[in-house]
Amino acid sequence: MDRPGALSESETSAAYSTGNTASAGSSACCTMRAAATSPALGGAAKAASIPPALQTVTLAVENMVCGGCMRKVEQALIAAPGVASARANLSAKRVTVVFADRQEAGAMRLIDTLAGVGFRAAELAPEAIEAGRDDSRRFLARVAVAGFAAMNIMLFSVSVWAGSEAGDPIHKLFFWLSAAIALPTVAYAGQPFYSSAWAALKRGRLNMDVPISLAIILSATMSLYQTIRGGDQVYFDASVTLLFFLLIGRYLDQRVRTRARGAAENILSLKAQWAYVIASDGSVERLPSRLVEPGMRIAVAAGERFPADGVIVHGTTSIDESLITGETMPRQTGINATVYAGSVNLGAPVEMEARAAEADTLLAQIARLMETAEQARGRYVRLADRAAQFYAPAVHTLAALAFIGWMFAGAGWEYSLTIAIAVLIITCPCALALAVPAVQVAASARLFDRGILLKAADGLERLAETGIAVFDKTGTLTAGVPSLANGAAIGDADLRAAAALASLSRHPYAQAVVAAAKQRFGSVQAASGVEEATGAGLRRVTEAGEERLGSASWCAVPQALADSASLWYVRPGSAPLAFQFEDKLREDAAQAIAALRRAQYRILLLSGDRSEAVAAAAEAAGISDWHAALKPQEKIERIEALKAQGHRVLMVGDGLNDAPALAAANASVSPSTAADVSQTASDAVFQGSKLMAVVELLATARKTRSMAFQNFAIAIGYNMLFVPLAVAGLVTPLIAAIAMSTSSIIVTVNALRLRTAKLELAS
Amino acid sequence: MTSLAWLVPIALGLGGLGLAAFLWALQSGQYEDLEGAAYRALEDEPPAPSERR
Repeated sequence: MDRPGALSESETSAAYSTGNTASAGSSACCTMRAAATSPALGGAAKAASIPPALQTVTLAVENMVCGGCMRKVEQALIAAPGVASARANLSAKRVTVVFADRQEAGAMRLIDTLAGVGFRAAELAPEAIEAGRDDSRRFLARVAVAGFAAMNIMLFSVSVWAGSEAGDPIHKLFFWLSAAIALPTVAYAGQPFYSSAWAALKRGRLNMDVPISLAIILSATMSLYQTIRGGDQVYFDASVTLLFFLLIGRYLDQRVRTRARGAAENILSLKAQWAYVIASDGSVERLPSRLVEPGMRIAVAAGERFPADGVIVHGTTSIDESLITGETMPRQTGINATVYAGSVNLGAPVEMEARAAEADTLLAQIARLMETAEQARGRYVRLADRAAQFYAPAVHTLAALAFIGWMFAGAGWEYSLTIAIAVLIITCPCALALAVPAVQVAASARLFDRGILLKAADGLERLAETGIAVFDKTGTLTAGVPSLANGAAIGDADLRAAAALASLSRHPYAQAVVAAAKQRFGSVQAASGVEEATGAGLRRVTEAGEERLGSASWCAVPQALADSASLWYVRPGSAPLAFQFEDKLREDAAQAIAALRRAQYRILLLSGDRSEAVAAAAEAAGISDWHAALKPQEKIERIEALKAQGHRVLMVGDGLNDAPALAAANASVSPSTAADVSQTASDAVFQGSKLMAVVELLATARKTRSMAFQNFAIAIGYNMLFVPLAVAGLVTPLIAAIAMSTSSIIVTVNALRLRTAKLELAS
Repeated sequence: MTSLAWLVPIALGLGGLGLAAFLWALQSGQYEDLEGAAYRALEDEPPAPSERR
C-alpha cells in the first residue's frame, strides 16, 4: 500500500485534535476526568495500551431522544473494541467517546456500530464541539456568585431596615460585611457588562451595558464611601441584586442560542458525506468529506452526493444539481465536466478529482458574492441598543441635573451626589435591559420546540421588520424531488410493471414512479434481470420480449410524441406509455403563501429554474410575481433593488445559488435540507416538510417585537413613577431595592407568556 | 449581641458552602446534560465502571 494507514492518519488529525483542544481548556474537565479515571477503573488490561494523551471524538446522534436510547448508545459504544468510555449528552444529542486504542476504534467504525443498533450518527468537526460551552459555564458561575452575594447582602440589609438605629455599631458592622461581599462580586460577576460597555464606548457608541455598568460601579463605589464615612445611604443590595437579575437574563439568552447553534451543527454534520478516496495503488479509503483535499481522486457511486467540488475524470453520468442551481432537470456530464459538492450522481459510478475552487467557477463566484453581502448585515443596530442610545443620555443628563439642582439649593456636594446616584440606580435599566432578552429567550425556546432553530442573536428583530418575502422554488416552495404528475392516466398493471423496473434505479424519475406505485399498491416487487444504461434508461428481457423504461430515444418513441413526457415505458405489444413529472409543492405551500399575503407581505418568487417550471409552481402556490432562470448575481441584484427602495426583505431559500441572496437579504430562513453554505448564511433553519414554519417564525418574531415594546413601556412606566422620588431625595435603599426587583420580575413574567401563546401572523 | 458573633459566620458559612458546592458541580460537568441526568437517575443497573466519574 502506497499510503499506509491513510485512514487512521486523517482520522488522527480530525478526531484527535478534539482531545488536544480539550486538554488546553479548562472546560474539558469532564472528558479529561473520564479519561484520567477510566483506566484505573476499567482494569489494568486496558490501561497498558492507553497513550499518554487520550483521544476523544464527539458524535452527533440524530435519533437519540429518550433515556433508553441514551443507554443503548452508550452500551453499544462501550462494547466496541478500543473504546475506553462513552458518555452521551441527551440535551445536546451528542456522545463523547474516549478511545483506549485509536488504531482499533476509529470514528467511522463507531458510526457503523451505532448504525448497527439503529442510530444515525456523524462525527462533529472539532471546532463545533467546544463552541459556547465554556462561555455558558463561566456565565453560570457568575450567576451563582451574584446570587450568593445578593442573598447574603439582603440578609444584612433587611436587618438594617428592620429597625436598628443609625449609628449603631452593629449597623456599621453589617455595612462592612456587605461591602466585603459586594465589592469582589461586582468586580467578578459584572465583567461581561463592563467589557461590552467598554467596547461600545471605544467605538464611540452607546449600548445598554453603558448605563448598567455605570449604575453598578457608581452605586458600589458610593456605598463604600458612605460605609467609610458612617452614612446610611448604602446601596450594596441594590447593586448586587441588579447584577444578579441581569446575569440571569444574559445567561438564558446565551444558553438558548448555544443550544440552537449546537442543533444546527448536528444537522450539518449528519448531512456530511463520506468520500471514497482512491489511493494511487487503487485501494479505496473512506474519509469524511470535509477532509478531502484538492488532488484526491474520489469514487462516487450512483445515487450518492458528490462529496467535494471538482471535475469528473472517469465515466459519464447524469447529475441532479437542484441543490446548487435550482434547476430540476438532470444534467448530462462526462469527463472534464465540473461537479459541485452536494449535487447527486444519478447515473453510473464515476471518478472525480477534487479541485480547489477556481476563480471562474460558480462556487468561487458565490463565495465572493457572500463576502460582500455579509458585510452589509453587520451594520444592524439591535433594538435594545437603539433604545439605549436615547435612554442613556437622558438618564445621565437627569442625574447630572439633579446633582446641579441640589447644589444650587445649597445641599452640599455630598448630599447632592447621593441624590444623583440614587437617580442613576433607580433609572438603571434593569427592567429595560431585561425587556428584550427575556422575550427573546421565550421566543427562541418556543421556536426550538417547533423545530425552528434560531441562530442569529438579532435574527428575530430583523425578521420582524421584513415586509417582502422572497422565495426560491426548488427545495423551498417545492419538496425538491419530482413526483408522478399523470398517475391517474396510468393503469394498475402498467404502473406495477414500470415500478418493478424502476425500483432498481436511483434516478429521481424512477424513484417517483416507485413512490407512486407504493402509494397505490402498498409495496413494489422488484423485477429481476434489469440492466441500466446510464443517462438512457432501464431494460429487461422477458419471455414476451423486451421491456424498456427511460428516455424517449431509449424507448424508440416517435419523434412527434417525444417532447410530451420525460419518461417512457414500452413493452411488447402495447403503445409507449408516457410518464410526466412535476416537482410538487410542499403540502402547505399555498396555505403558507396565503397566510403571508393576509399579513400584507409582498411575495416574490426568484428561481434559477426554467420559466415553465417556475410559472407552474408560482401559479399553484398563488404567487403572481415571479422570475425564472436567474443567476445568483441576479437574485442579489433584485434583492438589493428592493432594499434600495426602502423595503426589508426576507429571503427563504435552500440552494447553494441562494446563499448569497440569503446573506444579502435583511433576514433569511432555510430548510434543514438546504446546502451547508445556505444554512450557515441563514438566521433560522426550519426542520420538517412544512412551509408553515416560516409563518410561525414570522408570527413569533413580530410578537417578540411587540412584547419587547410592551416591556419597554412597563420599565419606563416604572421609572416615571420612581424618578421623581429619587430626584426629590426621597428614595431610600429599601425603596430602590423593591422598585428594581419588582420591575424586573414583571418584565420577565410578561415575557414568559410568549412560550405558550397562540399566535396568528397579523399585518 | 454576642449571638451575632455566631450567627453571622454561620449564615455566611452555609451560604458559602452552597456556592462552593454549586461551583464544584458546575466544574465537574454536572450541568452539561440536565435532560440526560434525569433519565440516568432512573436506571436500575449501576453505571459501567468505565463511565463512572
